[in-house]
Amino acid sequence: MLIRDASKYALQGLVGQPMRSSLTALGIAVGIAAVVLLTSLGEGVHRYVLGEFTQFGTNLIGIAPGKTSTTGFSGAVISNVRPMTIEDALALRRLPRVVAAVPVVQGNAAVKYRQRSRRTYIFGVGAAAPEVWQMRVAQGRFLPDDDPRAARAFVVLGSKVRTELFGRDNPLGQRVRIGSEHYRVLGVMETKGQMLGFDLDDAVFIPAGRALALFNRESLMEIDLLHAEGSLSSEVARRARQLLIDRHGDEDFTIVTQDQMLEVLGSILNILTMAVGALGGISLLVGGVGILTIMTIAVNERKAEIGLLRALGAGRRQILSLFIGEAIVLASLGGLAGLMVGAGGAWLLEKIVPALPTHTSWRYVLLAEGLACLIGLLAGVLPAHHAARLDPIEALRAE
Amino acid sequence: MIQLEQVERVFQVGEEKVYALRQVDLTVQKGEYVSIMGPSGSGKSTLLNILGLLDRPDHGVYRLEGMDTTELSERRQAHVRRHKIGFIFQFFHLVPRLSAAENVELPLALAGIEHRRRKGRVAEALERLGLADRARHRPDQLSGGQRQRVAIARATIMKPAIILADEPTGNLDRVSGQDVIATIEELNRDGMTVVIVTHDPELGQRTNRQVRMLDGRIEDDCRGPS
Repeated sequence: MLIRDASKYALQGLVGQPMRSSLTALGIAVGIAAVVLLTSLGEGVHRYVLGEFTQFGTNLIGIAPGKTSTTGFSGAVISNVRPMTIEDALALRRLPRVVAAVPVVQGNAAVKYRQRSRRTYIFGVGAAAPEVWQMRVAQGRFLPDDDPRAARAFVVLGSKVRTELFGRDNPLGQRVRIGSEHYRVLGVMETKGQMLGFDLDDAVFIPAGRALALFNRESLMEIDLLHAEGSLSSEVARRARQLLIDRHGDEDFTIVTQDQMLEVLGSILNILTMAVGALGGISLLVGGVGILTIMTIAVNERKAEIGLLRALGAGRRQILSLFIGEAIVLASLGGLAGLMVGAGGAWLLEKIVPALPTHTSWRYVLLAEGLACLIGLLAGVLPAHHAARLDPIEALRAE
Repeated sequence: MIQLEQVERVFQVGEEKVYALRQVDLTVQKGEYVSIMGPSGSGKSTLLNILGLLDRPDHGVYRLEGMDTTELSERRQAHVRRHKIGFIFQFFHLVPRLSAAENVELPLALAGIEHRRRKGRVAEALERLGLADRARHRPDQLSGGQRQRVAIARATIMKPAIILADEPTGNLDRVSGQDVIATIEELNRDGMTVVIVTHDPELGQRTNRQVRMLDGRIEDDCRGPS
């Protein structure tokens, strides 16, 4: 029997019972719509989070002091972690393929201008920070490339700090007090917005050496490297590691490349998407049971027809594939309807609630439709097997 | 053409064994017009089912055109049914959701014959049975006689060697019944072997050979209209 005839026959069987067929297909449609909608949300969140993390650039390598490892000793052993210094950052800057290195010290302090005062994040950084973190200066300029060990007392304000402290006044050239020292305002950063609830505009930038003194620290909290476009992050990381081991005599630091971080993040978010997809899958399962029920009823009702087909020369295998085909057609039509509802729903959701990121991934859409067909196949096997096992004489007698 | 030797068919009903057929010998030549008669439970339907390869004998041999069918696989049997045997049933057994033409087309579709070669054959078969203007009607829009003629068109579309009819007029009024019988007899004149199972003595009288069955045995087998 030709595929075309078999599918036409299956379709005619379904059209013959329009109400019943559409209700059964609805079960699958709801399941597929749920899978598509939920994975769309999952993918949307996935992309949103990755976007948040890559807004600082993708060719980043972060180096932090300390190494997470467990050795044979327990309890307090003399710490051999050497402080990570501005000199380390300067040395790293000279590595091949490294475009820029930013020493980072971070803390919290009050910034005062006349009578106004605001507690805010203080970032001690180098001149290359805007380039490495992909930020732009809105007004004035960023910190100059001073000798970091004796940098002049300049400050660059985040946009929020600027409006809070200065209002409509022009802040350029004004003096603000941070801790016990006076800083001259050199520039204002562009608004960057929030990242995961952390307001990036509520911060000021001062030279790293001064921040170390301000917070009374010996060690930098991090050194961020920007490597050249097209060079392997793992290769740059390997060179940086070697350099620091030579300088410190031991691997007392941790290197994380952006690639590694995104990879870990991506796999976590993938699991999230899969998990919400699996939740939708439960309703698909219910739809599958619906198909099983309806096909069992259909086989019972159409016994005489099955007997006739056998008399006309259909083999058991043909009967089997006809009924399985009918179940698959039913499930895949339901699946298609579900795809449209799910994708349309995701689209609509994004229009109505723009804060909710959704993204319908074709990979999951095809997967969902494939799943619908598979469920049709599985739900069809049992009733179809029953139909194929019928004794044709008995079946012909049933009318 | 048809050759049954010592065919037995036993059904197990509870503890008891019921013999539907006992040592039946029957030979039907090509082009014969045979009726099988007898009371209910005499085994005539079982005999027809075995002739149509819907059932297998428990003992004995059934040769169809010289081929021993008892050893055939289920698949091969379906193939033989498809190409050599046409069934006509008392209750027509048309698929209710298919049109007359689609019902007639069904054996061609099951056999996997290409579309463009089917349409002509279906139209021709319907034409021959005077149903050309009923091709698009569904069975519930047809009279009993028309339904049975659609069934005959379907049974003959594959040009089988044998037509097996089980009470073909049992569900029809007198006029339609005679009409259907005339159609079947015409097929026989065209060279098809026809075996009819019937209760109706009048119909039985018309055939050139009457087989009478009782308790699973052939009681009487006489040739020529009596």
